[in-house]
Amino acid sequence: MNRRTLAKLGFVLAALMPLAGHAQTALEDVLARKQIVIAIPTDFPPYGFVGTDLKPQGLDIDMAHLIGARLGVAVELLPVTSANRIAYLQTRKAQLVISTLGKNAEREKVIDFTAAYSPFFQAVFAARSLPVKAFSDLAGKTVGVTRGAMEDIELARVAPPSVDIRRFEDNNVTVAAFVAGQVQAIATGASVAATVMQRNPQLNAEYKLLLKDSPNFIGVAKGEDRLRVRVNEIIAAARAAGELDRLSQRWLGRPAGDLPQ
Amino acid sequence: MVSLDFAAVLEQWPLLVQGIGATIWLVALAATLGGFLGIACAWARTWGPKPLAWLAAGYVESIRNTPFIVQLFVIFFGLPSAGVRLSPEWASALAMVINLGAYAGEIVRAGVEATPRGQVEAGLSLALTPGQVFRRVVVPPALARVWPAMVSQIVIVMLGSAVCGQISARELSYFANLIQSRNFRAFEAYLVATAGYLVLAIALRRLLLWVGPRFLFGTVWRG
Repeated sequence: MNRRTLAKLGFVLAALMPLAGHAQTALEDVLARKQIVIAIPTDFPPYGFVGTDLKPQGLDIDMAHLIGARLGVAVELLPVTSANRIAYLQTRKAQLVISTLGKNAEREKVIDFTAAYSPFFQAVFAARSLPVKAFSDLAGKTVGVTRGAMEDIELARVAPPSVDIRRFEDNNVTVAAFVAGQVQAIATGASVAATVMQRNPQLNAEYKLLLKDSPNFIGVAKGEDRLRVRVNEIIAAARAAGELDRLSQRWLGRPAGDLPQ
Repeated sequence: MVSLDFAAVLEQWPLLVQGIGATIWLVALAATLGGFLGIACAWARTWGPKPLAWLAAGYVESIRNTPFIVQLFVIFFGLPSAGVRLSPEWASALAMVINLGAYAGEIVRAGVEATPRGQVEAGLSLALTPGQVFRRVVVPPALARVWPAMVSQIVIVMLGSAVCGQISARELSYFANLIQSRNFRAFEAYLVATAGYLVLAIALRRLLLWVGPRFLFGTVWRG
């Protein structure tokens, strides 16, 4: 490496410095530009999917609009996938990620989280006509589940021994078995269940029993505390006004319930 | 160095035994009914009336040219829309019977077609009905001729039953999958299942090669 390239490299690095030492300006930038960029899913109904009008819709999209309205700014929706959503925050291409994001220690190292705004959960779903109020009511019934999934482990723990648990290789096969009537109930995640119920209204299926709750949080770039605090205020107000429950009821068929701060 | 922990898998032995039992049940049913179906098919294609021969040919070709797992899925996921809802175990048994029936049909047909005309004519000249000739004169030596191929096909179907776990039929590979999804000892679980299939296959082959000449067609036809 000769001296000139070294100098160039130093110049580039110097130019990049302001990025690395980013100040806490996200909230001010948003308010000044009257616009906020929010990363949302489009492949994860009912949280985020593309409707027949080709516009994104779902719980996460409604939440994004709610926050934009409370901040008094326009919302630009940015479709992301599960794999790249955190990178969009880190590179500040989005100010918020509202994308069915669960909180864990690994993610907390690279981004910050607001309070939870919606539930994500694994549950047992079955036809309205099937009387199931508690896990003991599942006795003698067939329940389809994807082998090795979180709901399989949970179901095996809480279900009475006489439940006929039918384990399938992947989500698609489990769903096919439920749709074909080969199992009376299905234990699966909220997203899969919502898709199944939406595409197969003739099943008349509904939410029955909760297996496991793992709420969603809104992601904020690391260190953007002013934006995080402001969004937390919005979430708290929406929660007190019952708006979070209404959102959850509309898209998931059950209230938001007790969400962690 | 990979550390193997077979104890974690073998402590689930009741599940493994249950799985082996179910696999034996499946193959017993498939071999018996599938064998009869195969003979019926061979009769239809060689001695039967034309429409029946075409029907048998259509059945044999459509089964022999499609994957077993697709046949299994059609029976388990497709039949309910026609109002027929079978449990995973019965759906698996039915799929195996249908599958073996088609292959056995072709194997037996080869044996039937190799029967010298004189043998058939001799039977008829002894005032046996065509049905009697087929059952008593044609089938036994035909079976004796093709028995090794038939036994191999039954073993293949037995090994193929490993995919029945996909529709949650509780056979050996279903339990191997279940065990490894719980203790993440995949290598050990599948090695144990492999050993199970190996023993089953060898035992099944020996059993069939012993049963055939003694109970199905008699040693006199050999060679």
